[in-house]
Order: sequence, then structure tokens, then C-alpha cells
Amino acid sequence: MNYLQFFMHSSPFNTLHRTVSALLVTAIFALVSSQAHAQLKIDITGVGANQIAFSAAPFQGNQGLPEDIKKVIESDLVRSGFFRAINTTSNIELNETTLIDPTAWKSIGVDALIVGSVKKLPDGRLDLRFNLHDTAQQKSLGKFSYVIAPSALRLHAHKIADFVYEKLLGEKGVFSTRLAYVEKSPGRYRLIIADADGANPQVALASKEPIISPAWSPDGTQLAYVSFETRKPVVFVHTLATGRRKALANFKGSNSAPAWSANGQQLAVVLTKEGGSQIFSMGADGSGLNKLTSTGGINTEPAYSHDGRSIYFTSDRGGGPQVYRMSTSGGDASRVTFEGGYNISPRISPDDKTLTYVTRRDGQFRIAALDLAGGTEMLLTSTGRDESPSFSPNGRYILYATKAGGKGTLAVVSKDGRIKYSLSNSGADIAEPTWGPFLND
Amino acid sequence: MKHSMVKYLAISAMVAVLAACSSAVPLNDKPVVESKTGKAPTGTDGRAVPTIIPGDADPLNDPKGVLAKRSVYFDYDSYTVKSEYRELVQNHAKYLVANPNRKVVVQGNTDERGGAEYNLALGQRRADAVKTLMLALGVKETQIESVSFGKEKPKATGSNEAAYAENRRSDIAYQ
Repeated sequence: MNYLQFFMHSSPFNTLHRTVSALLVTAIFALVSSQAHAQLKIDITGVGANQIAFSAAPFQGNQGLPEDIKKVIESDLVRSGFFRAINTTSNIELNETTLIDPTAWKSIGVDALIVGSVKKLPDGRLDLRFNLHDTAQQKSLGKFSYVIAPSALRLHAHKIADFVYEKLLGEKGVFSTRLAYVEKSPGRYRLIIADADGANPQVALASKEPIISPAWSPDGTQLAYVSFETRKPVVFVHTLATGRRKALANFKGSNSAPAWSANGQQLAVVLTKEGGSQIFSMGADGSGLNKLTSTGGINTEPAYSHDGRSIYFTSDRGGGPQVYRMSTSGGDASRVTFEGGYNISPRISPDDKTLTYVTRRDGQFRIAALDLAGGTEMLLTSTGRDESPSFSPNGRYILYATKAGGKGTLAVVSKDGRIKYSLSNSGADIAEPTWGPFLND
Repeated sequence: MKHSMVKYLAISAMVAVLAACSSAVPLNDKPVVESKTGKAPTGTDGRAVPTIIPGDADPLNDPKGVLAKRSVYFDYDSYTVKSEYRELVQNHAKYLVANPNRKVVVQGNTDERGGAEYNLALGQRRADAVKTLMLALGVKETQIESVSFGKEKPKATGSNEAAYAENRRSDIAYQ
């Protein structure tokens, strides 16, 4: 129902509603400008005019809890590049049941209003509720309640942001997903799992030897990676919830570059046991080793397409490293990248339409995106030391490692190159990031 | 009698402790095993007396010997053993042929530029180059494992040509 229809169909109930709301209008004081998160540098070009202006009210009952729900939601939405936060103040506490006057909020520039509350239950759990108002359509887009453990508060604030993102943009949000990366300091390597905003880091593995190439299982419960803990590269599979792990590939020579098939039943790995670096596939339980490449030299960095049909990989069969594609059962490969003499680390978007990779141009390592149907390549970054790109599970963003002040740090760029932000600020040296899948819960 | 029994128990406890200690031998401290054959080859008198020099006779442990050099350096973007390092590889090959019970891991390395996995593959090529040469010189396949550290374990830190050159390297590590 648009604004005009709203007037024409005014029922007695609506009239009453409007009168109550009108009283509340006077309770809203005007706004402070939008930039609420100066510590996070977000570089947005070209989408500013289309940003959705939203306001998140403090969640009623939030005081004294370890997470500021409003703040988590607000920084998630702002970081996405598609939202602009409007700070508003009200002299009454707003929650998910408050009758609001959409016209009044619209008049102060708020397109979407997020209100909610959190309450401690007698058993120690929290009852978290929210309501998303669309002030232009003059209706609620959804009202939800979660009963959760206090430790899950931050995750559920991310889930609320995901809900808002999806309702207003029509694609799934990725705020509640996770990242894996490696933190390096001399003689110490830590495999870290963090929230998509870089917060809440947890150490899955602490080692004196290097760790590289973490790869998420499609269900997000396991990580495969390469650990040098036995003084050589060995592929491990690690179940995050239990910390249990096993050496999946520990053959003579080097074992590296694990990648999961879309259904999680197969892994591709790179082995040197038969000479050169060759791609093999094997069952996730380690059974059925199958050699997929046999050209001399280097075949590495396999990445399965999501339709289950292809593997993209890096090979130097034509001289310098380029990205190729072959069937998941191996055999003939076709070259995919042609621009520049050094293209490595391919990853394919969830819709299998866009390839991202690292390209070296004039001595600079940059993240590129290739539209596979049209053949158009875009260089997304220009920081010069960029590595390890991976798609967000909604395909909107690419996470990568870059250098800032001599140290590795995490950065994100949208696949159209228009939104860029950097994530880590801990001062640690960070490498090998990879974005995890959607959670099944 | 009772006293000596206590003493005996104490001694056996000590022996147990020593036995426990001796099981924790670091890997590099393997004793040098000399191969002994029961029968002397025909044509010799079987009474030859080897000279024993007090201390360690294994040339591997001679810090001034030819086996002390264990690093092979490579040119930028190159994976072939340069002629100046052939002698070094030959010396180790000779030792391995003479000591078939000894094993080495050849560890390839690269400079820090480029991706981790592609560098791992490049480091593997450097390790394989040394391994291939050793095999050609008669070392058994079972005595050599070639692995790569890629750019992950740089000997020289720093983003300059000197550090890069130091890191374009294969090391021969005895097991």
C-alpha cells in the first residue's frame, strides 16, 4: 500500500492509529548526521545516491549486556555499502511493539526503522525481539523473536542485520557468516575463525610452524588446511566444534591446496608424490585417490564450481601461471585467463558466473574479477600486494589479504569494485583469508 | 639385609628412570650405525684394521667439511641447479650413496612475492631439481624426499633483492 492508498482507505482503526502515532511524532527529535562509525573506513563510489537511509533504535533492555545490539546491526548495514545510518533520538523508549508513525519517520529521512528489545528470562536465556518498519510502504516487514543463550547475542544481532538486508535488497545478507584466516608472528601461527565483521576471533589451531590455505566445508562445520607442523606441508581436516582433526593427505613430498566439492563429499588436493605438482581428488574420508592432472610442471589451487561440474585451477603449462578449467573428473583443460602473464588463486562465485583471481600487472599483485560469459575483466584493487581472494556466500563481495604498514590485513571489495572496506585493525600480520558459507541454522 | 634390599630397590628405580630418559632421543641424534658384514669380501685377507680417530668420524658432522654446505641457491624465476652448486650436490650424493641408511629431505623455498600455493609449487620445483640431480648421481629414491616450504619460512626477512636472493633456495636436511 503506497502513501496515497493509505489515505484513501483510511478506516476508523487507521484513523485511531494515526492519532496515536501523531502523538509520537512530537516525541521524535530531529536527527544527527549519519556517520556513526568513523573508526571503520568504508570507501564507496557510485552507490551513495541509492543507499537506504535507516535508523536503529537502542534495543530496550540492552543495558548491562555484553553486546550493543543496535551498534552491531548498524555497523553491519553501514559496512555493506548499501545503507546509511540516521541517528535519531526519541524521548520515549522504542521497542518492537511501539506504534510508530511512518510518515513522521519518513519526513526526517528514515526509510527503514529497526526497533526491538531484549529481556532476561528466568532460566538465564535472553528473549530478543525486533521489528523492521518500512516507512515508505508504511508497514512492518517482519517481526521476530529469538530465545537464545547470552553468548549468542552477537550472532543474533548479525542475523537481524541479515534479515534487514535481505528484506530491503532482495538478496541474502552475510553478516552472520564467518571468516577463517591465519595470524602470523615469528615462530607462531594461529588459524583464526572470526565473525564476518572481523570481530569475535577464536583460535582453532596454534602452531609453531606455518599454516596456509584454509578451506571451509560447504556446511561450515569443518576446515581443511595445510599445516607444516611435521616440517612439511600436510593437508588436515579439522572439525571446528570439537577440535578433532586428521591428516587427510600426508603422502611423500608436499601435500597442499585443499578444496571441497560443492556437495562436501570430495576434496581436491595437490600432491607431488608422482613428480611435479598435480591435482588429485579424494573422498572426504580420504578414500579413492584419483589423479586429475598429469601435465609436467605445476597444477595447483583447485576450486570446484558450485554446479559440481568443473574445477578451476592454476597451471604453468603454457609458460607463466594462468587459470584453467577442467571437468571434476580431470582430463582436458581449457584456458580461462588471458590478460597478463601471471594469474593465480582462482575462486568462482556462488552462481558460477564470475571468476576472481590474483593478477600481476606491472609488478603489482591485484584482485581481478572476470565475467565468464562476456569475457570482461575488471581490476578491483590497486593496493599492489593483494592475495587470496574468496567470494562471500551471497556472491556480492570478495574478501582478500592486502598489506598495510608492512603487515598483512583483511580487506573486502564488492565484485563490481564500488564498495571497499578494510577489516582488521589488531596490528597482527594476517594472511590466507577465506570467507565461510551460509550457516544452516 | 633389610638395608641392602632398600638400596636394591632404589637402584632399580634409578635404572627405570634412565631407561625412560633414553627413549626420548632427538631425531637428529641418531647414532652413526656402521654396516657390518659377517664375511669379508673374497680377495681381501680379512685382517684389515680400520683406523679409529677419537671423536666423531662422520664427515657429515665436520663443520669444515664439504658436507657442511647444504644450501643450493637459484636465480630469479629459475628452477635449475646452477653449475656452481653441482659440486655441492655431488658431495652429498656421494655421501648418501656411501651411506644408504641415511636419508635427506630437500626443502625448497621461494621469495615472498606472489601467492602462497603457487610459491609452494615453485619451491617444490627447486627441491625436485636437487632431488633429480641426486638420483642421477646414484642416490636411491627411498633416501630422498623433496618438499616445499614455499614462501612460508623465509631465512631472510625483508622486501629487498638481497632477501629475495637468500630465500630462492633449496636446503638439504639430513634426517
